[in-house]
Amino acid sequence: MSAALQAQNVSVSLGGNRVLNDVSLALQPGWTVIVGPNGAGKSTLLRGLAGLQPLEAGRVLLRGKPLTAWSVRERAQQIAWLAQQGSATGELTVRQIVQLGRLPKLGLFAEPDARDQALVQLAMVAAECDAWPHRRLHELSGGERQRVLLARALAVDAPLLLLDEPTTHLDPPHQVALVRLFKRLARDRTVVSVLHDVPLALQANRLVVMQAGRIVSEGSVDDPAVHASLTAVFDHAIRIERFGDRFMALPNLD
Amino acid sequence: MSEAEHRARRHLAIGLCALTLLLALAGLAAGSEGWSISQTLALLNGPDGSLVVGQIRAPRTLGAWLTGALLGLAGAVAQGLFRNPLADPYLLGSASGAVLGVVLVLAATMLTGHGISLATADTIARIGLVGAAFAGALLGVTLTLALARGAHETTRLLLAGVVVGVLLGAVIDMVTTVAPDALRGKQAFLLGSTGFLGWGSCGLMAAGVAMALPLAWRLSRMLDALTLGEESAMSLGLALPRLRMAMVAALALATGMAVSQAGLIAFVGLVSPHLVRRFAPAAHGFTLVASAATGGVLLLAADVLARSLVAPQELPVGVLTAVLGGGYLLWLLHRRKIS
Repeated sequence: MSAALQAQNVSVSLGGNRVLNDVSLALQPGWTVIVGPNGAGKSTLLRGLAGLQPLEAGRVLLRGKPLTAWSVRERAQQIAWLAQQGSATGELTVRQIVQLGRLPKLGLFAEPDARDQALVQLAMVAAECDAWPHRRLHELSGGERQRVLLARALAVDAPLLLLDEPTTHLDPPHQVALVRLFKRLARDRTVVSVLHDVPLALQANRLVVMQAGRIVSEGSVDDPAVHASLTAVFDHAIRIERFGDRFMALPNLD
Repeated sequence: MSEAEHRARRHLAIGLCALTLLLALAGLAAGSEGWSISQTLALLNGPDGSLVVGQIRAPRTLGAWLTGALLGLAGAVAQGLFRNPLADPYLLGSASGAVLGVVLVLAATMLTGHGISLATADTIARIGLVGAAFAGALLGVTLTLALARGAHETTRLLLAGVVVGVLLGAVIDMVTTVAPDALRGKQAFLLGSTGFLGWGSCGLMAAGVAMALPLAWRLSRMLDALTLGEESAMSLGLALPRLRMAMVAALALATGMAVSQAGLIAFVGLVSPHLVRRFAPAAHGFTLVASAATGGVLLLAADVLARSLVAPQELPVGVLTAVLGGGYLLWLLHRRKIS
């Protein structure tokens, strides 16, 4: 089976600095988390996979076809994107913002039909922002805003979700709810997220560990080699322990 | 849409319609001796009625509304496009381009010995100035786009607009140094005036509104998507460079048309979208249309005041809009500080 999304020998430079160096990665259905220290190139890789970052070298394949061969609208129907620290502004209500997620299907001119409205409602329920559809963005807390922007990404109803730090500003109950949601979505979709929270990252199906613009290891969350590289890239500031059938990251205070 | 939002929109629409009607009547009644309905009725029954009311006051009143509508629309487009509530319609070099066009025509006419000024301009000279201002406004925007290498990046576009403004400003200063007589005309143009608006101007500006408003309204969802940030808007399948270029075209058309007919009128474009968002915050589709109507009402009100505050003298309408608009923004700033 060809990977849903694939990076082949991708390199990216920003301001003269090489931030991604010959990165190759194949993403299959399930929940994959990209982890690594600050400046590892995680967000750049995610943007490159979404077609939002010009590549210096290499290419990205979506369902086996180069990303550049897809029209921007076709691509948007396949890949839902959540930006890091969304810079959303303006006077739109929560529902209007979430409804923007239907733009890839509707374009600028078509009106949403009953199915679109139902998908918008489902996305709002999933992200737990359906209780205040008429509030405006500037009336919301950081965590509430993040849930609205996540609902906007979910409303695209795309088979691939690329989410850059989706748990930012969320309190523990909403982080846990999000992990449950990702696990549910990952049953029939490809969910890729960048996370700084290693304990949350360990709840995913697969981990991609990055450092200095390269992938240093990737594999299942229970792979000891991945654990070793994970602790190494964080300079052994964390240690990973097994609790029943799960893994947990703890601060290494020794 | 919530019931409260629906009600706010309805109230704003009714308010704007009522104010337009009221101010239009005041505009028809306002003469060199202040407002007088009875004098206007007597004038209409007299031999000069059709000339004074039909050929001077009526086109001026309609022209003021249309100029304000073009500026209000352009302001809402600029603020949405640049995601900045302080963006105004003149950001892309249209203002300095229009002034340069006017100054060049005035200087050329004066240097060749056929002196004209805005106050004494005959029809031909007027058409020449209007054409030069419009061509200059389009030249300013074209230069900005060329410098920004298209409309790919908002920040680049904004910076290019500032650079073009400075460069064209320097050229204007050089021209007025060589031909100092053009300074008076330039000054009059900078103050803005609705006094020269005739039916021809009204026709041109109505055509401008008819082209720019539907274009901007059709693309308003792009402005909605841009509120999420450029990256997120692109991820929604929008071909941003092409759409942004279409929006810049609507912005340039509206601004160029308004500036060429009435000179530089300050603050209407900046303040109108703020007023709309204050009374009826909504998606851009509504904001664009309501900002146009609000701009029309604001400039019509300023025009009526300019004609009647110190009658039989007349205040430059641009000075009044600057005082009223600047005052409103100061009040807004003060209110935010308190809250």
